[in-house]
Amino acid sequence: MSLKSYVIARILLTIPMIMLLLTFVFLIIRVLPGDPASLHFEKNVDPATLLAFKKQLGLDKPLLMQYFDYLIGLTHGDFGKSMQDYSPVSQQIFSAFPATLELAIGATLIMVLLGVFSGAVAARHYDTMRDHSIRVFGIVSYAIPVFFLGEVLIMVFGIYLRWFPAGGRMYPGVSPLGLEIGGKHYPTGLFVLDSILEGSFYKLSLSIRYLILPVLALGLVLCGIFIRLTRSNMLETLQLDFVTAAKARGLRERTVVYGYALRNAFLPILTMMGLQFAALLAGAVLTETTFSWPGLGRYLVDRISFRDYTAIQGVVVFFGLIVAAVSLVVDILYAYLDPRIRL
Amino acid sequence: MSEEESYGRIFVQLLPRVSGLRKRGLAGWAILAGSTIVSLLAIMTITAPWLSPHNPIAINVGPLLSPPSNQFPLGTNHLGQDMLSRVISGGAIMFQVSIISVIVCLLVGVPIGLFASFKGGFTDKTTSLVMDSIYAFPGLVLAIAIAAMLGPGVVNMALSIAVVYVPSYFRIIRSQVLTIKELSYVDASRMLGANTKTILVDYIFPNVVPSIVAVATINFADAILTAAGLTFVGLGLSVSTPDWGWDLTYGRQLLASGAWWVIAFPGLMVVLLALGFTLLGEGLSELFNPRLEK
Repeated sequence: MSLKSYVIARILLTIPMIMLLLTFVFLIIRVLPGDPASLHFEKNVDPATLLAFKKQLGLDKPLLMQYFDYLIGLTHGDFGKSMQDYSPVSQQIFSAFPATLELAIGATLIMVLLGVFSGAVAARHYDTMRDHSIRVFGIVSYAIPVFFLGEVLIMVFGIYLRWFPAGGRMYPGVSPLGLEIGGKHYPTGLFVLDSILEGSFYKLSLSIRYLILPVLALGLVLCGIFIRLTRSNMLETLQLDFVTAAKARGLRERTVVYGYALRNAFLPILTMMGLQFAALLAGAVLTETTFSWPGLGRYLVDRISFRDYTAIQGVVVFFGLIVAAVSLVVDILYAYLDPRIRL
Repeated sequence: MSEEESYGRIFVQLLPRVSGLRKRGLAGWAILAGSTIVSLLAIMTITAPWLSPHNPIAINVGPLLSPPSNQFPLGTNHLGQDMLSRVISGGAIMFQVSIISVIVCLLVGVPIGLFASFKGGFTDKTTSLVMDSIYAFPGLVLAIAIAAMLGPGVVNMALSIAVVYVPSYFRIIRSQVLTIKELSYVDASRMLGANTKTILVDYIFPNVVPSIVAVATINFADAILTAAGLTFVGLGLSVSTPDWGWDLTYGRQLLASGAWWVIAFPGLMVVLLALGFTLLGEGLSELFNPRLEK
């Protein structure tokens, strides 16, 4: 199969998955016991107000009509109206998303770099104390709730040592402006990138200081799977003939292990990054809440306390779409890098 | 073969593996350590009413936010509740939620997995598509949506967690059944006139049990972490139940006051319990399907 037809087939497979997901979320909100509108008022509401409220949000229509409205809305980026203030949910989602994206990128860096590096070290020192402690670390990191680790980091580095801020994303009132074109600023919403584009070292150092603890908490919790993956992959590779040949030619062991064998583990690591993306977003919800990080996860949690079910639905759908898109991209990238997949 | 006989056979097959645990290297140690941690915590939770020095939900038992002292070895929280008693009793919710969700997963995931993958064709394709869609979704986010609709409560929490983890059972069972159903003993039994139910229940199911046990054990850890996560985003139980997740949630607001003991001990308990199940699960799956470890 050519790359082009693989891409088309993969996209066609994504469509039913997304449809299922959208339907599933729709049903969760509408069909599970308790209708969202009356739940919003915790059942203390007179029928007239409830009806007006439902009308405003389109919740008075028959279920099937609501379903079509919902699907048609999504095709042009309409995620429904908030139950709290009737404002479009999409606006709030798009303004909160860059913060989540920045957190996710940072955490990915930590989890991949730390995971791959420790996994490679463990494989090189197979069955030594170093190998055992790295493996134990991998298992323990899996069992730590990210918000507990976050709280510990806040306690130690934010409150006792005062090295990093205990929460938030920026000093109040400061925000990186982003690239300036013709006197107008175009911020991406990613503070680190915006500070670089603006050329402000002060803002850059601030954004990084705020970013470090949340990124560390999320990255550490998720790095275990990369340790295991890299380690088992490297152990296999290190027994292959080309490794022995490289050693026989007199290359340093370090070069062979990190230069030759590690390169072979690259593809499975890429796949795992795609698979872990969902876990990363789920972890981000808790991390953002712990660090008062103003991203999508915090928005979702805020909406829960307001019983704003349309907003909850919007965020959940958005998360689903992002995950589907990322896994599509990773699969296509994988097929491009390893033609065997397309067979 | 009667049902008891076939289960008896599974037990006999498992027994020698369990008795030789110590000889099995890391997997054996993981199982021993994991089962010790889990049993100790289970005993502590069951005997909590007798062990805890104070009523875990009584407020103003001591001064507010007092650090660990002789009288309150783990300190008190912002309501003046004794943290030691809360730590001892707080596991009950975790155990209840995870046990119920694992049972639901088993009851739903195992039959669907066995039947759909044995049937093959359209049934298998559609079921796999549904399961894969759920599997690909960020688990906690989906659980949050369901729990937000169902409202608070142990059973509701367990149900919303179960929905998220059913696909893990389905996938592992499917991968095994696809291999097993091609084996000649299955063909032989079919030729002898066994119907689908007999083949599935008596001949295929026993071979899948070890994997199910391993998945279920790791699932306990996931369920505990997800339950704690649900509590953390405000979908947990009320103050009137001692719960490690609750302590961690409200402890966050006390961090600025330096009251580390309010989060440290409940947090460590969650880690310990999840770690126990993870070790047990890892060890079991290693034991049941040894890979390229050696």
